[in-house]
Amino acid sequence: MSTDNVVDTKRRRFLVNATSVVAAVGAGFVAVPFLSSWMPSERAKNAGAPVEVDISKLEVGRLLVVEWQSKPVWIIKRSDKTLADLAKNDENLSDPNSENIDQQPAYAQNHDRSIKPEVIILVGICTHLGCSPSFRPEIGPADLGADWLGGFFCPCHSSRFDLAGRVFQGVPAPTNLVVPPHMYVSDNVIVIGRDGEAV
Amino acid sequence: MANLLGWIDDRFPLTKMWNDHLAEYYTPKNFNFWYFFGSLALMVLVIQIISGIFLTMHYKPDDAMAFASVEYIMRDVPYGWLIRYIHSTGATAFFIVVYLHMLRGLMYGSYKKPRELIWLFGMFIYLALMAEAFMGYLLPWGQMSYWGAQVIISLFSAIPVVGDDLTLWIRGDFVIGDATLNRFFALHVIALPLVLVFLVIAHILALHEVGSNNPDGVEIKKNKDANGIPLDGIPFHPYYSVKDIVGVVVFLFFFSVVLFYFPDGGGYMLEYANFEAANALKTPEHIAPVWYFTPFYAILRAVPDKLMGVGAMGGAIVVLFFLPWIDRCKVKSIRYRSVIFKVNLIVFCIGFVVLGWLAMQPVNETITFLSRLFTFLYFAFFVVLFVTSKNESTKPVPDRVTS
Repeated sequence: MSTDNVVDTKRRRFLVNATSVVAAVGAGFVAVPFLSSWMPSERAKNAGAPVEVDISKLEVGRLLVVEWQSKPVWIIKRSDKTLADLAKNDENLSDPNSENIDQQPAYAQNHDRSIKPEVIILVGICTHLGCSPSFRPEIGPADLGADWLGGFFCPCHSSRFDLAGRVFQGVPAPTNLVVPPHMYVSDNVIVIGRDGEAV
Repeated sequence: MANLLGWIDDRFPLTKMWNDHLAEYYTPKNFNFWYFFGSLALMVLVIQIISGIFLTMHYKPDDAMAFASVEYIMRDVPYGWLIRYIHSTGATAFFIVVYLHMLRGLMYGSYKKPRELIWLFGMFIYLALMAEAFMGYLLPWGQMSYWGAQVIISLFSAIPVVGDDLTLWIRGDFVIGDATLNRFFALHVIALPLVLVFLVIAHILALHEVGSNNPDGVEIKKNKDANGIPLDGIPFHPYYSVKDIVGVVVFLFFFSVVLFYFPDGGGYMLEYANFEAANALKTPEHIAPVWYFTPFYAILRAVPDKLMGVGAMGGAIVVLFFLPWIDRCKVKSIRYRSVIFKVNLIVFCIGFVVLGWLAMQPVNETITFLSRLFTFLYFAFFVVLFVTSKNESTKPVPDRVTS
């Protein structure tokens, strides 16, 4: 202690600031485990194994919903007419040629967005705010307009997609529906969640 | 008795706090009907905390058990139905009371200097209340719980770059699941109630520091008697504590009518789709949020772009925080303000209600058009207020409060 009772304010300020900075850094480090605990657990990461689906009994034009990673996955066998109609939507779509490569694997980046043209496989979650759109295959229903050629309509915020999961212009959804990784192990058996490429 | 009080006062400021906040807190003598809603909000908070504590004693925050445990509360727990309906009706009552409380602030300029911080604390309470209501709505794990949470959490995915990782972090899984339910339960019953209580204390402390506004918007502290007591002020207790009890009785009358005769609020407080357990594979045909979020939901739905829609919805709430600086008129009360302000405020209130109604309608072209029109009117209120309030032609404000 000093004998003359003079406080070195400069030294005191330095010590207070240095202590505060060290405490702030420490608090930052302590926050990491708490914030990290909100990330998906190891158990959650390991869930979501691939799903095998037999489509031999699926009728043309019907929707099959299977669960993969707790999400709905849609499988539809499209008729030749439906496939021919897809091109008619092109001018009204945001991304008719599936140029956004995050929305489908490379092998589904084609006009039909599928491996086999007739079989379309989509994750049934709207790219806007995550509702599951309704399957509306009818042509020109009253509520969707005369030029509706079949597709998906989201009940939450009225986004529209065609039967290749491609999003129309002027709706809130920004991108096409996701095509999940998938592969054919035989003519009628599909594995969703795995493809020929590295897993 | 006096000795005991003296003993405590030597160790804890009991009498001082009683006097500062109740017996010698001088309140303007001209409070009207609109001044009931602050104390009512406080009472509803207490109702929610008590009924909520008892619900946690029977509820299971687990995705496999949550829905069944709510049914168990409704059917098997003695008076469980009553406690749950008190809690669900309380949520609606909370928002009615808070919206009317905020409207009072708008009418009488209660957010203006020197009460900006009271308004800001209040806005944070409103924000915490919305988070609290949203998280509570997930807990019954019905279809509306699930898909409502899916939509609201997905709002964050609109944020560029970090959006998708942020939603993953909030959910704690790749979809809404047990992890989400469990953390929402923790936030709903522990974290947010604590935040709410602290904010309410800050709100009241700030109010008692500067003093209450009143329907005339006159500062009663400008005219004091020889003892330094405002001439137009009366002690909060017993004058307003007794007045507020009248409000409480009337409020509980209406509360009980809803509680016992319309506990589901016609589907607006407890939505019918929520009587079905959560199903991750199917969204209900018609999805709308509970009524107190609908005006903001209508704004979201009016904009045909993901990022801009979310931005408009967030902006509609954020802009309210800046009200003390958007309104540049020196006169506080609507009684002495211009016709422009009165019309502007009436249009804003009607627009807010209409937006709420629009959000509950299935979408078609007319509804979308009207949603866009009223979204425009919502934001126009603030623009018009900012532009016209600087040089507003006001009536002379009296020196003392009127009757």
